[in-house]
Amino acid sequence: MVNITINGKALQVPEGITILEAAAQGGFKIPTLCFLKDINEIGACRVCLVEIEGKDNLVAACNNVVDEGMIIYTNTPKVRSARKTNVELILSTHEYKCATCIRSGNCQLQTVANDLGIIEIPYIEELEKRPWDHYLPLVKESEKCIKCMRCVQVCDKVQGLNIWDIVSSGRRTSIDVAEGIDFEKSACSLCGQCITHCPTGALRERNDTDRYFDALADPDKIVIVQIAPAVRAAWGEAIGLPREKATIKRLVNAIRKTGADYIFDTNFSADLTIMEEGSEFLEKFTHKEDYKWPMFTSCCPGWIRFAKSQYPEIVPQISTAKSPQQMFGAVAKSYYADLLRVDPERIFSVSIMPCTAKKHECELPNMNDAGAGQDVDLVLTTREVARIIKADQIIPELLVEEEFDAPLGVGSGAAVIFGATGGVMEAALRSVHYLITGKNPDPDAFSVVRGMDGIKEAEIEIAGNKVRGAVVSGLGNTRKLLERIKSGEAHYDFVEVMACPGGCAGGGGQPICDGVELADVRAENLYSLDKNNTLRFSHENPSVIKAYDDYFQKPLSHKSHQLLHTDLSEWDMPFVGKRKK
Amino acid sequence: MSRLQHGDTYNTQNTVARLIDDFTQRIIACPPGICPIDLQLSFLQVCHTQSCGKCVPCRVGLGQLASLLNEVVDNKATEKTLKLIEETARNIMVSADCAIGFEAARMILTGLDGFKEEYESHINSKRCLGTFEQPIPCVELCPAHVDVPGYVALVNQGRYDDAINLIRKDNPFPTACALICEHPCERRCRRNMIDSSINIRGVKRYAVDQISADKVPTPKCAENTGKSIAVIGGGPSGMTAAYFLAQMGHKVVVFESKNKLGGMLRYGIPNYRFPRERLDQDLDAILSMGNIEIKYETTVGKDITLEQLHREYDAIYIAIGAQAGKNLGIEGLDAKGVFSAVDLLREIGDGKYPDLEGKRVAVIGGGNVAIDCARTAIRAKAESVALVYRRRKLDMTAQEEEIESAMAEGIELMTLQAPIKIEKDEEGNCTGLWVEHQMSSVYGRDGRPSTVTADEKLELIPCDIVLAAVGQDVESEYFEQAGLPIKRKLFVADECAHVNGHNFENIFAGGDCVSGPATVIKAIAAGKIAAANIDEFLGFHHEISSDVEIPLPLLNNKVKTARIHLKESPSYVRITNFDPVEIGMSEEEIKQETSRCLRCDHFGCGVLRGGRKSKW
Repeated sequence: MVNITINGKALQVPEGITILEAAAQGGFKIPTLCFLKDINEIGACRVCLVEIEGKDNLVAACNNVVDEGMIIYTNTPKVRSARKTNVELILSTHEYKCATCIRSGNCQLQTVANDLGIIEIPYIEELEKRPWDHYLPLVKESEKCIKCMRCVQVCDKVQGLNIWDIVSSGRRTSIDVAEGIDFEKSACSLCGQCITHCPTGALRERNDTDRYFDALADPDKIVIVQIAPAVRAAWGEAIGLPREKATIKRLVNAIRKTGADYIFDTNFSADLTIMEEGSEFLEKFTHKEDYKWPMFTSCCPGWIRFAKSQYPEIVPQISTAKSPQQMFGAVAKSYYADLLRVDPERIFSVSIMPCTAKKHECELPNMNDAGAGQDVDLVLTTREVARIIKADQIIPELLVEEEFDAPLGVGSGAAVIFGATGGVMEAALRSVHYLITGKNPDPDAFSVVRGMDGIKEAEIEIAGNKVRGAVVSGLGNTRKLLERIKSGEAHYDFVEVMACPGGCAGGGGQPICDGVELADVRAENLYSLDKNNTLRFSHENPSVIKAYDDYFQKPLSHKSHQLLHTDLSEWDMPFVGKRKK
Repeated sequence: MSRLQHGDTYNTQNTVARLIDDFTQRIIACPPGICPIDLQLSFLQVCHTQSCGKCVPCRVGLGQLASLLNEVVDNKATEKTLKLIEETARNIMVSADCAIGFEAARMILTGLDGFKEEYESHINSKRCLGTFEQPIPCVELCPAHVDVPGYVALVNQGRYDDAINLIRKDNPFPTACALICEHPCERRCRRNMIDSSINIRGVKRYAVDQISADKVPTPKCAENTGKSIAVIGGGPSGMTAAYFLAQMGHKVVVFESKNKLGGMLRYGIPNYRFPRERLDQDLDAILSMGNIEIKYETTVGKDITLEQLHREYDAIYIAIGAQAGKNLGIEGLDAKGVFSAVDLLREIGDGKYPDLEGKRVAVIGGGNVAIDCARTAIRAKAESVALVYRRRKLDMTAQEEEIESAMAEGIELMTLQAPIKIEKDEEGNCTGLWVEHQMSSVYGRDGRPSTVTADEKLELIPCDIVLAAVGQDVESEYFEQAGLPIKRKLFVADECAHVNGHNFENIFAGGDCVSGPATVIKAIAAGKIAAANIDEFLGFHHEISSDVEIPLPLLNNKVKTARIHLKESPSYVRITNFDPVEIGMSEEEIKQETSRCLRCDHFGCGVLRGGRKSKW
């Protein structure tokens, strides 16, 4: 412990902590802008400045540690003046058209500037204008970029893809795609972690809300919406609805209010995924010598992009099962169109996802197996759905609980945990156990794969068969694991990969809460939904059973292969699909 | 009304003078990685500011050039812009009335030539090549990229063993570099912007003086790979490669033609600069690594053939240095008393000190070796020692502080005198050196002023001994015959130290034998590069890292504080023996000096990617 004084208050704090942490312990708030714990502690914005007795120059609180006897002031005239000037300087390079900014109301720069009472900028505006194709799934508006370096760091340190870099120096310093390559040609996974870690609106997903409203406005279109598991654990954050109120049933109510015709649950197709992927695994597992191991999950499009660009040699080991989103799209325009007795061309299939890479996935050239255009027409992120709810002036507090439509609105507890890292593995093991033994295991038997650790391993015995599984989330961790597999250091049968840390709960399309990682809280929510569901096994989902009975016959059938599986070799990385202009 | 008045008494002028000094220091500390064209543009703006405005090329032309350069750095320029820049600059250079204009234009032309790649990138691929991949100036400028801020901080904390081990991650010769490194790391030290660079070598010296390197255990070797590597030459480059290769788990056999290791560190640098026992500390530590066998007095090409090595080893690293003294090429070299500097220093390396009592010695040359010879001669009790050099003192390539020390020891500097002939008596003894007076003249292509023969009579410098220190050659004849590519006696290796274009694909080369005579740290860096690439060549990817934890940066001293210079023992004492001359810092000095470090690994953009490369 060291003894320090902050604003006259004597404190004893642990040695080696930063001034910022020490101040927080003492009850003093220091504004920060570029700072992101463990990711970006670089003191670049010079907003978290403090004055230290005996030092002429102000010191960044975020990345300097306390020292015995340090006397710190957080609000001296020198601090106030310099802090304000620095924010004004940042604003002189930032296009602050807040009224039309996607992050207005949830912008760290706006908050800091507002807090400091900055109402006039004495400097001339000098905006960096770099062209960007706004039809790409990921949009960078350089005139809003404040060069905080968070995107560079999160992509380097967490995702290990090094897509962003600092280019040029001096006044021309800019953040752009590393090595000057076009974004379209980069290996970006489109995970969206740079978006959720951007303090301003400089990085965002493509805004597709207008296309949703356009579809609703078209009387010929039947708008079918699917909602992904992880969305239900987070959507309320973006409209100020407390977690316990922000249930999936209220989200159904909200979407229905906007005018969608049918609202279904991606959990249905997650259960379908387990049937297909689980059967595929079992088929391979019982003919072990015929295949290369391990088998990898296929639900995460960020992971697929990563695998195709970084480890193309392992792509054949990825399950051929489509992701739940794409399975749902194919089902909606085939089986469900049959049920509705409508021309599938009339169906406009919308998917609400915690994900930015999903926008790319639905645009892949071979995701049109139902034969009625793209199987999924539109992907909206959780954030975009929140914007739609706001745009329609829906009052969150007045939302009521409403059921999904039938029959594709039924999902098991095994499906809902797809939204958390380890969930696909756990759901698959529950059904694989059934498929091997003919008996259900305790639904919580495989809970060892839960939790926020980046890399988790489990060896599970089912009827004398050892299944070696690994669960990884975050692409940096994924690279580590793949290297271990490649070098022969690690051996697995089944590996679940999610590109975002914590899985879809921490997805790049989820609501942004600056400086706070919410994947674990959201995951908890999903696990309690699983626990409280009376249906906890994918193979027991009655709608899934019926779909097989009436349409698909059985997992891995010809029809299944046609609609529910895909060939990843049919498209190449780099590939960034663009929405038609 | 006064008819004349004193100028320069105004505050403005004084302040300008001060700022010019500050700015000069600032330019010295230009961070590595910045866009050179952007830098050029800012220089150009300074040049334009200096214009009085009388003449068109300078007043208008420099401004237009700046606008064009602006287009380049903004990635808006085309090939046409580039042409226009060149044409404009050329015309300003030939037409401006004074140096303000024509020199500014000349700098632009120099840049056009030197920054070709950068210009092309800005114009064709619309991107800047400037990167801050290694943003810490001292680490970037050290050829071996030693973690300088890391060990300076460790020395500040009194963790000398950790400092030595951190240095060893990149350089297994901490003692050698502490005593005799030319410290390129100090050149662009950011501290120059405040006062002057940290005495980095002095700091390292303090560490190895507190705990000798052989007392600090080396890291453990990796698991045995079953591969064996032959290293030819036990000098700094060969032993560095041996150290890292051994650490990676390979078996290394070093072929050393002499009976002791060290190469030029032993046979080129006299004891008073680098005591033999200090060299042995580094060598003992390296050998303590294990996995290294030395075959002494084994010369490749005489005792063993390259063919044999090729057959018996998985890879070969050639690091034979540049050991042969260059021939002076004047009449009378056969006189008794004429020696090559290299031979003299080699003898001393083996502990055979010459006795020059009563002799008058003339040393020919202006480099560090010449100074070493002259100072050795003084210590060998020569009656007088003259250093004969054909250019000016400030053109000498020897380190400035070495020249100063030599002069303090009573060595006579005879500059602008070119040796012509050695005079001898009937018995063939050297009696003097004929020199031709020179005059400094125009600058040559190498950027150094050339000399022309002055219109003066030849002069005889009476002397009994002549020591020629006019450069060294690589003894590469055998290897050339064996089929290796050799150009002007130097081995030809690619940037990975690999020697291509011959029958053996497993040969690497580095150090002086590739670069020509250079510094010890460059030789060490070459050994490190070779080790990494040999490891890859053999199909491995061993990583060399250090687990030393670097102290968290404290808020550093930004007060303008003088750099601590190392003192030397008084010249009247030191010329009487071969004992070390330099005196390390005191405890209070080291405290102050280390606290001057600005910790660029933490402050500034060093922090962005963690401040250091913890492995290679």
